[in-house]
Amino acid sequence: MSAATPRTMFDKIWDRHRVLEREDGQTLLYVDCHLLHDGTAPAFEMLKARGVRLRAPERAFATPDHYMPTDTRVAADIPNPALREMVVSLERNAAAEGFTLFGLQDGRQGIVHVVGPEEGLSQPGMIIVCGDSHTSTHGALGALAFGIGMTEVAHVLATQCLWQRKPKTMRITVDGELGAGVTAKDVILHVIATIGTAGATGHVVEYAGSAVRGLTMEGRLTLCNMSIEAGARAGMVAPDETTFAYLAGRPRAPQGAEWDRAVGRWRDLRSDPGARFDAEVAIDAAEVAPTVTWGTSPQEAVPVHGCVPDPATAPGAERRAAMEEMLDYMGLEPGQRIEEIAVDRVFIGSCTNGRIEDLRAAATIARGRRVAAGVTAWVVPGSAPVKRQAEAEGLDRIFREAGFAWREAGCSMCIGTNGEIAAPGERVASTSNRNFRGRQGPGARTHLMSPAMAAAAAVTGRITDVRRLLGKTV
Amino acid sequence: MERFQVVRSVAVPFPKSNIDTDQILPARFLHLPRDADHGACLFRDLRYRPDGSEIEEFPLNRPVWRTGRIALCGDNFGCGSSRENAVWAMHGHGFRAVIAPSFGDIFAQNGLKNGLLPVRLLAGTVAMMIAQAETDPQGEVTVDLQAQTVTAADGSVHDFEIDPFARRCLLEGIDELAFTLGHDEEIAAFERRFGRENS
Repeated sequence: MSAATPRTMFDKIWDRHRVLEREDGQTLLYVDCHLLHDGTAPAFEMLKARGVRLRAPERAFATPDHYMPTDTRVAADIPNPALREMVVSLERNAAAEGFTLFGLQDGRQGIVHVVGPEEGLSQPGMIIVCGDSHTSTHGALGALAFGIGMTEVAHVLATQCLWQRKPKTMRITVDGELGAGVTAKDVILHVIATIGTAGATGHVVEYAGSAVRGLTMEGRLTLCNMSIEAGARAGMVAPDETTFAYLAGRPRAPQGAEWDRAVGRWRDLRSDPGARFDAEVAIDAAEVAPTVTWGTSPQEAVPVHGCVPDPATAPGAERRAAMEEMLDYMGLEPGQRIEEIAVDRVFIGSCTNGRIEDLRAAATIARGRRVAAGVTAWVVPGSAPVKRQAEAEGLDRIFREAGFAWREAGCSMCIGTNGEIAAPGERVASTSNRNFRGRQGPGARTHLMSPAMAAAAAVTGRITDVRRLLGKTV
Repeated sequence: MERFQVVRSVAVPFPKSNIDTDQILPARFLHLPRDADHGACLFRDLRYRPDGSEIEEFPLNRPVWRTGRIALCGDNFGCGSSRENAVWAMHGHGFRAVIAPSFGDIFAQNGLKNGLLPVRLLAGTVAMMIAQAETDPQGEVTVDLQAQTVTAADGSVHDFEIDPFARRCLLEGIDELAFTLGHDEEIAAFERRFGRENS
């Protein structure tokens, strides 16, 4: 008797969701959970224009995050009527179409990629989509989760299905122990710097290895979140006891006997021994340092104790020109020590690093210190529940006493669509996911790093190896 | 969707690698309704100074390239955010095809659904075409979807691949949704089976 061909976790999830195959090799996949946010208005317009209603409103969940200012919870306070309409139209569409809305006053509002796992909506084995590229976050629970465009959002609303060509698979194995002060954010920045911003394009990534197993659920969410910054639409981690412990008792997770049956199914999701991946990458956890970006692509990351690279050492003319342009935009000199770079603003938050563990890590550094003179530092919780939890633990007080602004939940300065941006030329130490030119406002300069590193930058006024503040040897 | 058959035009070079969708359409324009003039926001911060004056050396500001309908781009064009608005901006400006060695996955998918054809050619071919455009900005390039060929300004012909269904949708100007809605029974049957497996 020959054993069945070993399958990856991705294969298993894909196979279970196949509705139809098209002759050109595309597959119609069924979507378990469709997450919506306040940028989704055009998809509803597309449906209205065709007279089509939602096929499965019970599978759609929405929350306003992109357009809501983080100094108020009242939509009427949004001064720009066009931005206000984005938030209000989501409420209107939820009422008209009957899908669940975690609204501004409801206590569960937040960044959609924080809310999904927190509510227990995101579960192992699911296909989850959302009109946002950081949907890859939910893969941390062992789901296949990816971002889609607006026309695809409309397609899923109308049919609960999506046509996809089967992507390739890549396994990124991180083995070994992470050093003190090194977090999931540093791991993913290191991975992107290693394989490049297009290194995983066309692939679904499975993160494996002892260092990944050792991450908390929140660390795994951070890891999978930035898969798209390496070009992968989806990143995933096999569900294990950490996953089950995180999910147990969450409002939308299965309960009672149903929970036991679900866990039984989820245990079978992991990739079979001998399953083949189209690409394999190995990373040594011991080599990952606290990592910071210096350029305008997430791949331009170096250890914090390093220096700004010199274009003169670039392998070719095109790369040299690209590096020179980035240094010019970022206002940096070749060879400058990363720890000499002074910052104007600090942003702690986003779907990458706006969870309770992130705020705890930042508060550990902020405790008993003061934000440096001339630095504006913000903490923006990823969701209303994260905010309440942090307040229950007294983290808000630590931040306020240190001189950080303590704000309401939302995407805020990660993308700035709600108007919260840095001024031209301002330099931001940011826990978000993209350092693209202009990402945090025209002319703004972004350095990506972990929450503890961002807090360290806030209290010292310059990019600082957090291990110094933790009393560790650097 | 508008039908796509043959496009012939000067080709506008954007040779840098990793041009992300935040460059193509900055986030502050994301709230604009679908029917707004997204083309006017295309490459806004690379094309104009903060005071609104044009940056002369940006390709779209060179008179010969203002009406180009074909873009020649570097590796990984359209990486980053899933914003379909980036495709609307390219299309709204007048582009109908983007030729590059590789694309951000979501950008390429969004293009196919909006009449902006992503064409993958070998890096060497794209580099040659960019060099031709820079030497002879008026040289015309032809993208023929029926034949699945690109004819460079020097007359050389290059085949490209595209999913057959996406090609048919573009050639006929139809979209996927009508097709999928026609499979309602299969979806309903799947839902019944799926519901049983999950309980």
